[in-house]
Formats: sequence, structure tokens, C-alpha cells
Amino acid sequence: MTAPWIDGDTSAAGLAIAVGCGAAFGAALERAGLGSARKLVGQFYGTDLTVLKVMLSAIVVAMLGAFWLGQLGVLDLARVAVPETWLAPQLVGGVVFGAGMAIAGLCPGTSCVAAASGRGDGLAVMLGMFSGVLVTGLAFAPLRALYEATARGPLTLSAWLGVPYGAVVLAVVAIALAGFGIAERIERPA
Amino acid sequence: MTCERRPYADPYVTGACLGLVLLAAFVITGRGLGASGAFATTAAGLTHAIAPAQAEANPYFARYLAGDGPWRDWLLFEIGGVALGGAVSAWAAGRLRGQIERGPGARSPARLVLGFAGGAVMGLGAVLARGCTSGLALTGGALLSVGAWLFMLAAFAGAYLAAPVLRRVWR
Repeated sequence: MTAPWIDGDTSAAGLAIAVGCGAAFGAALERAGLGSARKLVGQFYGTDLTVLKVMLSAIVVAMLGAFWLGQLGVLDLARVAVPETWLAPQLVGGVVFGAGMAIAGLCPGTSCVAAASGRGDGLAVMLGMFSGVLVTGLAFAPLRALYEATARGPLTLSAWLGVPYGAVVLAVVAIALAGFGIAERIERPA
Repeated sequence: MTCERRPYADPYVTGACLGLVLLAAFVITGRGLGASGAFATTAAGLTHAIAPAQAEANPYFARYLAGDGPWRDWLLFEIGGVALGGAVSAWAAGRLRGQIERGPGARSPARLVLGFAGGAVMGLGAVLARGCTSGLALTGGALLSVGAWLFMLAAFAGAYLAAPVLRRVWR
């Protein structure tokens, strides 16, 4: 049967798979040391580029897997949800989010891993994140114009650039490999 | 039982494993991983429990109240799994212990206040961007979403801009 196998993702089976995927995700983040705020912020001071290495390797593996399973007809990519593009709010939201990450030392996912491994600072970040989402949601009216600006739908880089899917995949692999080389050079003590 | 804390694993190997988990999510359910959505659905659910009419009239929360409701949410169960997997992994490696991790420039109360404040700022950013480092950057990055790559570059820019100001906190 062509993947994805489950359609209704809030069925009992779907939710059991959610817990399973989450557990594997959390374990991977913990093994990499990304539940540690001091290790994570090393990224922004050039001392420990684990964040970049983990993110880019994960993206490359999942991207290559999705591409090849799609080519082989195992995975129907039309049924895999591509996160939608909203240019202005994602640009502004991204800068704000990044600043918050440097202050907090953790991101939303890694704050859960930090808290689960006994860190009080992880719990503080989780509570802050929850409060931020709650207050922003309650005071949503003035943000709505920005939130709904510049919608582009599930736009992919290949559709946007007019370049074949495989060529973009190859380019991302090349960028990741270059990124790994630069990361190793930055980390090496001078 | 040994109490020795084992070192963290290789970032490329764990990153590749994380990629396989993400790929498995695509193949099994047709969706990726996430984190901020679990916070959003909890905020919507709690608001609805306290003030149902207000929550239903709120254009941001209303989305999470539709369908199966805010508590039967894929990302909420997934984030429960993240905490479970993180705890088991830390325990197995001898890293499960109570602490407040902080840089040398911040005492524990300051670290908690900054953690909360930084979390709140991330909350604002994640609402605007419709996702965070997991649901947007990782998932969308692998599916080559334009918005995901834009968000990733913007988030790194924001973090690198803020980092010099916070140097005394972390270094």
C-alpha cells in the first residue's frame, strides 16, 4: 500500500504513533545534548555547533528519504503536508523567535527534553512559551493583519525557483556538506 | 548501577537518527514532527474551559477547538512522547538529575526569569510564524517549504543578533 498509511491522525492508532514518534524525537534530542541550554547556546558563540550539525543532518536524511521514496512510488508526496508559506509573518516571527531562543537557551521542543531530564530551567522555558502563546492568542486582534499577510500556500523551493525537485535536493545536500565543513573549522580551537 | 554520566552522542549520527524519525512520521502519518502546536492547543483548550464563548470567538484559538477538540491533538500526544523519550534517554545515560542549568553570568533565579522571558518571546514568534524549530524548520526544511527555510534563516539571524547582548549571561 502506498504511504502515508494513516489518514485520520487523531484516531487511536494515530495518537499512539504520535507518542512513539515523539519518544524517538525526544530521545534523539537528549542523546545529542540539546536538552542542555549551555550546549545549545554554544551555537551562537561559535564554541559548539551541535545545533547546526543535528538540524542539517536530520533535514538531509529526511529530505533524501522523502525524495527517493517518492521516486520509487512508495510514498505519495501529494499526501504529505508541506508547511505553508506566509512570507511576512514567518520572517518577523522567525527573528523574534530566534531572539527568544538566545534568551531562553532552549527551543520549545528542547525545553520539554530539558524539563524531562530534571532541569528547572527547562520547565521555566516551557511555562514562558505557554504564557507567550496564550497572551499572543488572547491579544490576537492587532496581530491579525500581519499573521494573514503574504500567503503563498504550500510553496516548495523547487516550485518557487522553477528548478526540478531533484536539483534542489542536490543543492541542499551540497549546502549541508559545506556547512559541516565550516562548522568543524569554527569549532577547532585556534 | 553505575552513576557515571555518559558523554553525549555524535551530532551527525543523532541528527541522522532524528531524520529517520521524521521520515517515519512522513511515511506513517503524512505529517512531520512539532512542538509549538502542543502549547497552542493547550492554551486554546484552557481558554475554552474558562471562557468558552470568548475562546470560540477568537480567530487564533478557534482553529484548535474545531475537529476533535483541543485535547485530542496529534502534537499534544507527540510532545508527551518527547518528554517520555527525553526522560528515558537521560535516565539510561545517567544524566537524569535535578538542576538549574545556567551560564556563569546568571544566578539561578535570574536564569529562571530569563528562561521564562525567552520562552514568552519564542511563543510570540511561533504564533506569528505558525510553527517553531520542530514543526516548521525541521519538518518544512526536509519538505523544502519556502516558509520553513525563510523562518530558519530569520531565527538564526535573530539569535545571532541577540547573542552578543546576552554574552555575560552565558559565557
